[in-house]
Amino acid sequence: MTAIAVGASAARSVRARIGRDGWIMRGLLLLLTAYLLVTVAFPLYALLRKSFLDKHGSFIGLGNYTRYFSDPALAESLPNTFFIAGAGTIISIALAFSYAYALSRSCMPWRRLFRGIALVPLLAPSLLPALSLIYLFGNQGLLKSWLMGHSIYGPIGILLGEVFFAFPHAVIIILTSLAMADQRLYEAAIALRASPWRIFFTVTLPGCRYGLISACFVVFTLIFTDFGVPKVIGGQFDVLATDVYKQVIGQFNFEAGAVVGMLLLFPAVISFAADRIVQRRQVALLSARAVPYEPKPDRLRDAVAFVFCLLATVFLIGIPGTAAYASFIKYWPYDMTLTWANYDFNNIDTQGWAAYANSLILATWTAVIGTAIVFFGAYLVEKTTGFRRMRGFVQFLCMVPLAVPGLVLGLSYIFFFNDRANPLVFLYLTMAILVINTIAHFYTVCHLTAVTALKQLDAEFEAVSASLKVPFYRTFWRVTVPICLPAVVDIAAYYFINAMTTVSAVVFLYSANTKLASISVLNMDDAGNTANAAAMGMTIVVTSAVLKLLQTVLLRGLNRRTQAWRRR
Amino acid sequence: MPDNAGGVPYLRIERVTKSFGGFQALKGVSLDIHAGELVCFLGPSGCGKTTLLRAIAGLDVQSAGAIHQAGRDISSLPPAERDFGIVFQSYALFPNLSVAANVGYGLVSRRGARAEIARRVAELLQMVGLPDQGGKYPPQLSGGQQQRVALARALALSPGLLLLDEPLSALDARVRVHLRHEIHALQRRLKVTTILVTHDQEEALTMADRVVVMNQGVIEQVGTPEEIYRRPVSAFVADFVGRMNFLPAEAMGVGRVRFAGMELVCAESFDGLAPGTAISLCLRPEDVVVRGAAERGNVFEARIAELEFFGTHFRAELRPLAAPETMVAADFSINAMQDLDLKAGDKVSVALPAERLRIFPRDGGGAA
Repeated sequence: MTAIAVGASAARSVRARIGRDGWIMRGLLLLLTAYLLVTVAFPLYALLRKSFLDKHGSFIGLGNYTRYFSDPALAESLPNTFFIAGAGTIISIALAFSYAYALSRSCMPWRRLFRGIALVPLLAPSLLPALSLIYLFGNQGLLKSWLMGHSIYGPIGILLGEVFFAFPHAVIIILTSLAMADQRLYEAAIALRASPWRIFFTVTLPGCRYGLISACFVVFTLIFTDFGVPKVIGGQFDVLATDVYKQVIGQFNFEAGAVVGMLLLFPAVISFAADRIVQRRQVALLSARAVPYEPKPDRLRDAVAFVFCLLATVFLIGIPGTAAYASFIKYWPYDMTLTWANYDFNNIDTQGWAAYANSLILATWTAVIGTAIVFFGAYLVEKTTGFRRMRGFVQFLCMVPLAVPGLVLGLSYIFFFNDRANPLVFLYLTMAILVINTIAHFYTVCHLTAVTALKQLDAEFEAVSASLKVPFYRTFWRVTVPICLPAVVDIAAYYFINAMTTVSAVVFLYSANTKLASISVLNMDDAGNTANAAAMGMTIVVTSAVLKLLQTVLLRGLNRRTQAWRRR
Repeated sequence: MPDNAGGVPYLRIERVTKSFGGFQALKGVSLDIHAGELVCFLGPSGCGKTTLLRAIAGLDVQSAGAIHQAGRDISSLPPAERDFGIVFQSYALFPNLSVAANVGYGLVSRRGARAEIARRVAELLQMVGLPDQGGKYPPQLSGGQQQRVALARALALSPGLLLLDEPLSALDARVRVHLRHEIHALQRRLKVTTILVTHDQEEALTMADRVVVMNQGVIEQVGTPEEIYRRPVSAFVADFVGRMNFLPAEAMGVGRVRFAGMELVCAESFDGLAPGTAISLCLRPEDVVVRGAAERGNVFEARIAELEFFGTHFRAELRPLAAPETMVAADFSINAMQDLDLKAGDKVSVALPAERLRIFPRDGGGAA
């Protein structure tokens, strides 16, 4: 009846026995690890290896690198790329911050609408804004005179296109960090009679500085590695991304391609690491008892914000709008009559509308399979007990794709899958490899979405079901998935839209039978069929927009149906 | 379950240790729990009470030591192979399933007949006092009702052991007191062996058959609520459970201590202490006698430095005239206050009853 605390020296040490659930979860986790190794880690290793080998496969150390840098034409791309990425980042962040600030800190009308408009660029491949810019400012451009003799083909065009392309990414990140503002800090500052400027510099800016830094890194990497805009409008101004393409597709110089691929990977990896550190700090900044900030009306400020957003909207809608308009024009700018002829893709290209069908197939498979793998994978990483090192390793593998530019991933896939020694070589040039590649390419963002949703669940669900002798997969199916359905829909939509719009990774992997709509845009533009390229680009935009709409409707329906238990 | 107090314990915990990296959350804990008992693990946060509960459930298996349940060594078994029902502080109710589906969650997987399951669910909901709430969803219920649903779900498989992890701490005071009684009554009726983890001493004292007071990974004391309150074995227990005066004093001879320049008689024997050893003289504020103090032993004069009204009583801050730097807290009943017409600043005679005094070494910690 009595309890005695005795020294533990004599006590037998215990190893927890792993139950049936434990074994199944571990087995599945191993399977996931193998999958991520094959689709992410091994290809990247193949790329790294390739950059140190010569044409015949013998090791030549840094030979490829020295050859690359000694070619003056090629070495020029490196400073070019840094210039474009640096200038593009400064402009995009400045605009995106103003836009996000106007959205979250003013009482201007149409805020919901403006918020939606900011995301429009996400619906199109990055080729599309470049096409529009050519229509507006190119040799036959309507507004060519605005450039005062400068050419759009080169840094000006690239910068304009990249700003459009990067804008929504920056707005999303900065909006999130501005939304975390604490009303009480502002009230305290006002009570201490701080001027609005002082409040801006001492409260607002410090509050969102991590978001700003994070946005800078993300935007820099995006522009540094983007391929679509410079491909279409770059002219003679070479950047690393177009170099890779030229070396590999144009000259079959895979070794040089591997070198440029590695060069593209470095800044991405560095900014990725920096971003992770910044993100970790941001979490520490959050206070559970913060009161969300709600702006009060201010005529002058609201008017300025409204005018700014309206101007931004002209840019955000005008660019794809131009492409849309141009896609219906018979012969820009000489015969401006409207026609459907540009949409008759089967006339231009043997693939024609089949490319669009391929894109739909790719997007559907990617959304279905990708969402299943990502969500169940995130569940395993989050909810498996024990097996800590393995889970840490998987978590790391899940984060890697964020640091890998699409071009680099695509190139890696060539080196890894187009290798006779690889038993998976049969996948090369199939639709399957496009699906696998696209799933890997956008894995991280989807994984983080799933993890965020899973973390909001009660941590004891699994313990409760174990105590009730219910296997984990039943609880996963009956409880976890239904509760996380909104996140699942978000992931599927994200996969679908990105599979529709991506060019960079798949450009190395498609075959005659699996050509995609986004690739068609590229090829038609290359062949001088700009109007058809614009038309194909518009089919992508419309499809993405329809899907976005579908997602909204679906989420609203889900919300209504589950009102009984969903606390919002 | 046969009541076999004094015989083989239902749950035997032997020298259980749990380390997280370099930190030892449990340092060789041993404890026997008998069938049908309600045992409370009481202690401040971080004392290891929840760690011990999770080891018993198999959710975080101990690093060393053995746990036997109903004669079976369950030390290394995964939770699904153990026999327990559990209620968490967060309840962990499945929000997308109806109350009935939550309660029947474990029954369904046993492939029982549909009607049989429905009957059992109704019976369980009846038992926890929510007979017509089966169709609702957990978020539509109040905190107290959710708590009952969690309890019904935990009892659905008629487990041999019921584990309650701070089940009442998320509720407001009134509901908490009410549910305390209900859980207690239900446990008595079902005679299910129950472990309740709590940091609320009132909860432990009112509900438990036995209280296990824990601190920094070890068990400080095991006993009935009255034993714990009346005869704390350490300064920690004395301080943690209830209010306690820790008065600086000095051991003198057998049964005698020096406090505030006076010699007091103390019923507790303390043979080990040499005269002159610094000690803490402990007494609960409600044991300080003011009515008829003069006729008793251990009497001294003090000034009432402050009076605080607590509704049911007054708390007085007494300063002995002989040692005004020492503060003695005392609870005076409203009656005594009126009868003796006491006000702040008054001089008053008080007695410290010898049989209520307890003594702990000065370095025992916890002295306030």
